[in-house]
Amino acid sequence: MKKHTIIKALLLLITISVTISCSKEFINEEAPYSIDSESYFNSESEYNKALIGAYDMLQSSYINVMLGEIASDNTLSGGESATDVIGIQQIDEMAHTSVNPNLKDIWNWMFAGVQRCNYIMEFKDKTDFTGKNQIIAETRFLRAYYHFELVKFFGGIPLNGDKRFDVNDEKIIPRSSTAAVYASIESDLQYAIDNLNPVAVQSGRATKGAAQALLGKVFLYQDKFVESAATFESLIATNSYSLVSNYNSIFENAGENNAESVFEVQYTDAEGASFGCLQCSEGNVAVGFNGIRNYAGPLFDSGYSFNVPTQEAYNAFETGDNRRDVAILNITTWAASNTGVSYGTGYKHTGFFNRKYIARQGDSNVGDQNLTNPNNYRSIRYADVLLMAAEANSRSGNNAKGQEYLNKVRDRAFGDTNHRITVSGQALTDFIWNERRLELLGEGHRFFDLVRTGKAAGKITGFTSNKNEIFPIPFEEIQFSNGNWQQNPLY
Amino acid sequence: MKSKLLLITFILISTLGYSQMLEISGKVIDAKSNTPLIGVNVEIQNTSQFFKTDVDGSFKFSKVPAGSKLIFSFIGYKNYELKVTKSQKITIEMEAASEALEEIVVIGYGSKKKRNVTGSVSVVSSKTIDELRPINATQALQGTVAGVVVTSGSGAPGSGFNIRIRGISSNGSNAPYTLIDGYEGDISLLNPSDIESVTVLKDAQASVYGSKGANGVVLVTTKMGKKNSKTKVSFNSYIGFQETTKKINVLNATEYALMLNESYANGGQALPYPIVNGLGNGTDWQDQIFKKAGISNKDISVTGGSDKITYSLSASKIAQEGIIGLDKSGFDRSNARISLGFDLSSKINFSTNIIYTDYNRKSLNEGGIGSVLFNAINTPSTLLPYDTNGEYTLVPATPGFGNEVINPLAQIENTYNSYNQQRLNGNFVLQYKPISEIKITTRYGFDSANDVGKSFSKRIDYGNSKVFNVTNNSVSQKATRFSNYTFDLFAEIEKTLLDNHKFKLTLGGTLFESKGEGLFATGFNVPYNSWEFADIALAGPPTFVDLDLDPNSLPKPGVATNGSYKSTPYRRPSLFTTLDYNFKEKYLVSFIFRRDQSSSFSEKNSVAYFKSILGGWLVSQEDFFNKEGIVNFLKIKGSYGTLGNDIAPANAYRSQLSGEAVYVFNNLLTTGGVAVGTIPNKDLKWESDTKIDLGFESKLFNNTLEITADYFNNTRTDLIIGGVPISGINGGYAPGSGAPSVNAGKVKNSGFELVLNYKNNINDFKYDLGFNVTTINNEVLEVKNSTNYIESGSFAIGQLAPTRMEVGQPIGVFYGLQTDGIFQNQAEINASPSQNLGSPTSPGDFRFKDINGDGVVDFKDRTYIGKSIADYTLGFNINLNYKNFDFIAYSYASVGNDLIRNYERTENKLNKLNYILDRWTGEGTSNSVPRVTTGSSSNNLFSSYFVEDASFLRIQNIQLGFSLPKNVIEKLGMSKFRLYGSVNNVYTFSKYRGFDATANTGDAITGGIDSGFYPAPRIFSIGLNVNF
Repeated sequence: MKKHTIIKALLLLITISVTISCSKEFINEEAPYSIDSESYFNSESEYNKALIGAYDMLQSSYINVMLGEIASDNTLSGGESATDVIGIQQIDEMAHTSVNPNLKDIWNWMFAGVQRCNYIMEFKDKTDFTGKNQIIAETRFLRAYYHFELVKFFGGIPLNGDKRFDVNDEKIIPRSSTAAVYASIESDLQYAIDNLNPVAVQSGRATKGAAQALLGKVFLYQDKFVESAATFESLIATNSYSLVSNYNSIFENAGENNAESVFEVQYTDAEGASFGCLQCSEGNVAVGFNGIRNYAGPLFDSGYSFNVPTQEAYNAFETGDNRRDVAILNITTWAASNTGVSYGTGYKHTGFFNRKYIARQGDSNVGDQNLTNPNNYRSIRYADVLLMAAEANSRSGNNAKGQEYLNKVRDRAFGDTNHRITVSGQALTDFIWNERRLELLGEGHRFFDLVRTGKAAGKITGFTSNKNEIFPIPFEEIQFSNGNWQQNPLY
Repeated sequence: MKSKLLLITFILISTLGYSQMLEISGKVIDAKSNTPLIGVNVEIQNTSQFFKTDVDGSFKFSKVPAGSKLIFSFIGYKNYELKVTKSQKITIEMEAASEALEEIVVIGYGSKKKRNVTGSVSVVSSKTIDELRPINATQALQGTVAGVVVTSGSGAPGSGFNIRIRGISSNGSNAPYTLIDGYEGDISLLNPSDIESVTVLKDAQASVYGSKGANGVVLVTTKMGKKNSKTKVSFNSYIGFQETTKKINVLNATEYALMLNESYANGGQALPYPIVNGLGNGTDWQDQIFKKAGISNKDISVTGGSDKITYSLSASKIAQEGIIGLDKSGFDRSNARISLGFDLSSKINFSTNIIYTDYNRKSLNEGGIGSVLFNAINTPSTLLPYDTNGEYTLVPATPGFGNEVINPLAQIENTYNSYNQQRLNGNFVLQYKPISEIKITTRYGFDSANDVGKSFSKRIDYGNSKVFNVTNNSVSQKATRFSNYTFDLFAEIEKTLLDNHKFKLTLGGTLFESKGEGLFATGFNVPYNSWEFADIALAGPPTFVDLDLDPNSLPKPGVATNGSYKSTPYRRPSLFTTLDYNFKEKYLVSFIFRRDQSSSFSEKNSVAYFKSILGGWLVSQEDFFNKEGIVNFLKIKGSYGTLGNDIAPANAYRSQLSGEAVYVFNNLLTTGGVAVGTIPNKDLKWESDTKIDLGFESKLFNNTLEITADYFNNTRTDLIIGGVPISGINGGYAPGSGAPSVNAGKVKNSGFELVLNYKNNINDFKYDLGFNVTTINNEVLEVKNSTNYIESGSFAIGQLAPTRMEVGQPIGVFYGLQTDGIFQNQAEINASPSQNLGSPTSPGDFRFKDINGDGVVDFKDRTYIGKSIADYTLGFNINLNYKNFDFIAYSYASVGNDLIRNYERTENKLNKLNYILDRWTGEGTSNSVPRVTTGSSSNNLFSSYFVEDASFLRIQNIQLGFSLPKNVIEKLGMSKFRLYGSVNNVYTFSKYRGFDATANTGDAITGGIDSGFYPAPRIFSIGLNVNF
């Protein structure tokens, strides 16, 4: 009897043991309502969904645009005080080191864009369907866009073909040369030109024209003037784009994705955001940062007074140039001519604000109103294309084309034909360069234009030649690479 | 010395002359509750005469030979012996066994006699809990148990406590595994009065909980009724008020204006206050926000039992207001509990214990930039709380005031939220004893909770560009639920072979499963901009509709954003066995073995094995040992074992498409995209912890002094580190993504624990003194990434992370610049390494040390400038009793821990702490506090200047009680009537400038950053304990 009981008890224990030593499905049950990333890409719509993810990172490039101005002679850092967003302050002073949160953001966010593109590229052959070339072409356009941002800021960067980077690749994969990065960008853009629709099915998507414009720009950055001129020529010849007559209208909400727009980074005010994840915002964070400090009054909303234009930039416009008061808000004049205007003076207050990209009233600004402004970033405007084409032609000896394209832009700026440039050679190129500054002021191109044309040292206070042309690789990244990557010279 | 164990009241009623036979009668009662004990066996030693006490607990022997001994025995109580010398009527108070020498300790799946425990185990009894009357039961471990540190993330009512057993081993969770009556549960929501005991397993003893034991184990046993005891009703109540223990010393209005003038002058700017006369002291914002707040508690319990059934019922309610915002940061908790036990047959016992909790809490923004306290410290004292119209004054929206600094009173007023949790937890236990050597237990424990929360962002304007401005009001609501169960089935088999070889084998299994889900939604355009109407039922999409301008327009239907989650079921099946061997009650050995499997890891790594061995030698049981000497009891013990930890983020080994992928096409928000979420780690595996413990337990001087000492050495390897920063090229910084969890660390904690308890009396004056001290030596041995450290936390705005987990340092070490006095003049600056920190250096600025000696001071010269882990933690407890008076005092201390002062906003026009009055104003004026200036300086970079010694001694509780004499209350049908007055959080001795030197967020790395800690209140209360 006693033995019997013990046996019964032990049998019970064995039963429970067997029940408990469980199967894989029991322990590692599928996560509910979630999808495994490595078994994706089974249909066209899944490719499209992953592509949205690749576009998403474009929005984080707001800081690239801000720094493209602040690092240059166009604007000063501004903000509240000398320590307000210290990374921006240091770049304005050309005192930046490899410890710089904002440069780290650019590295992290642009590489996240590359990684999201390569997620699609890694699986590009998994499922076939008509129209896949368009998706792959958009993907490669975006990869080129992110790579171009990275090479502009940091010089040579690691490349991993069509594969995503894996953990520890930073210790193995070396930094490619600048030339190799450009070669990869050119190849991506050539594929994009060959496969993209000339007209986007939805505004915001990359088009053939956008790829051509970016490729022409990439050639120009490498001083490949002949290739650049030819690329722009084929784009201009399509007559797909035109200059809008009213320069002012370009930067207002109604002017988004207009006839002049070749490529725009799209933003909206319909979703909230927080400082904890600025890259998560669907709004243009730069707009709130650029905004007028403590502003009350008509038309504009307030912001953090970063990226304030200098007096010198304000003075650079000729009399009669319609662009000055579109690009630069003279707050003193504005306050005098409008009722109820009040504003604060932040750090490095100049009395000017970057009017193209400061907050406008009438936006929903869901969540934090400074982080959710809907202003699209006009990444490539047709005016920019014309000026780049003018430069490529001028620098490759075609003065006539150079003058033609330059004067198209000037005609619009002055609203007449009395301000045309007729000089040739280097004088023409100098005019084109100056025109770029005036036409594109506040749009994030100036620093890189100064660098690639060799003018930075004379124009930017504190600029050290052979050092400040590119920015340092983030301190942490050099440490992660464990000796695999060398820091940029003199940092 | 018997009097210390027993309270005997002799009432002599007669003397029987010269008779040889004596008459003894009387009553047996429970020493603690004074309730009669029914069925106590009373026998005359060495005779067959015995008596069982009746329903009144009374007994009577009419003929007892003089000089013989009466033995009183009762299950669950310590035997009591009485030598009969005269006829008498006597009341015998029997002590429950758990309070007697032969204390039984719950140590996992089963229990043991305390003297036979070989692991390092501490017990907090209901007596201590009754004395401390904590709001949250976790507080009962504060200062009362060696090796255990209890910190609070905030002093706000209802906020949680963190328990740390023998140091901090992980940068992730260091919380011990907490079980209530055998199932996984939350001790903090229990009614403390329902707790019978809290047992803390600190060493390899915990390895029977293999997978979960690495951080130590806390076992809570709730009260059960006792068999054969009369119904006992206990009612406890207290009421009191609370106040802040401290205000931070900030500048008054005049000092503020003068300081501002000086800093503007130094910055080359115009004076903001050309006239300072008449400003006076201005507003003390802390006086404005700190209020006297109420607290009240009442609980009632009914316990008892017959010979087959036991029961215990209780209900309680506690309500506590916040010292900031009163109701706006208040909480209340109601508990109801039923515990029943039945003997279904002589072999089968069934019991159940169900607890219901209803918990409500409101909270204010606390602990950081933008919190109410932060605003109270930083708002200039020149501002008045209200303007002439009685409206809240706005903090100017001009530069120098900070975009987030607003009137803290307005902030309190405009904060609206609510949170409710309803929780049901409990167990069903079936015990089967087929034969006396075998006991089989089946136990099903469950814990489930439903939470609902709501918060309302009122449309409000604090002035241009203040970050708390809300242009479009919104209400966010959530409803979540979670549930888990713990199912145990195990058998305990006891066998004694050859008289002296006692074996006990325990084997069984446990299955734990948890899951949860939730819904979230946000709606906009709340009608009337009012909390009364704040519900998504009335709210609409985000397009702004100004209902104030057009009150007749109906809000648009539909909710703007919504979301949900459903967790992956987490399961953990385990098999375990323990073997205890006991030879002659002298030599004790235990083996523990456990196999665990966990859903936290991929298939290949899901299984782990844990084992340990424990041994003890009861030296005082040896024949050669003289127990009547100075040392009455001595046990030497040691243990070695491995334990594990599987706390990893859910699905950390899986690559999921959980990233954010949202873009704008055709001017419309386009959701529905996919992107890779957190970077996965397929190789993630169990953390393992090796624990070594050596120690002794002893009793000296007639058992009045207990000394327990332990040396411990724990090494955690394969630490699971979440979000290990990795190269940005992997895409981990994309929205919705994140860095992977990696087995990347190794941390050692070693130290000593010493516990002294002294209990004695001088006639009616009884005293009980307790002291414990623990030393902790914490060192990170390995961080497997290329930098050998992980940094996190933030200081001020946009600065480098101030705290680290770094090889060779204690976890959470502070890392920053080291100040080396102040530059008194330009010559000193010229003679020193240049400070390349982004700002020019002037006289009056800090001289930072060139740590790496490269002639330049930059961020590479940061070094280790403090730590949040204490060198020593101590507890002192005093318990005095004189006749009807009792007095207790509990205190605890911490030595050698630092905090980072991070509640100052370094904006030009904000208020400052008053230490700035000692600033540098010219050569020789100060070598510690730098000049004030509005210009750019490096003085606000994180440095040793912001690190303060936060060692403290806190008198946690003082209580004076008076019980009405027994003869008075017995007439009233009561067994106890006690009144007491108590002060909680009486005083804290510390040099720390902040609100609360005990501040710790609980995070292993960033815990030492004080971003404006909501101080724990001082509580004055009066209370009542009545037993029937």
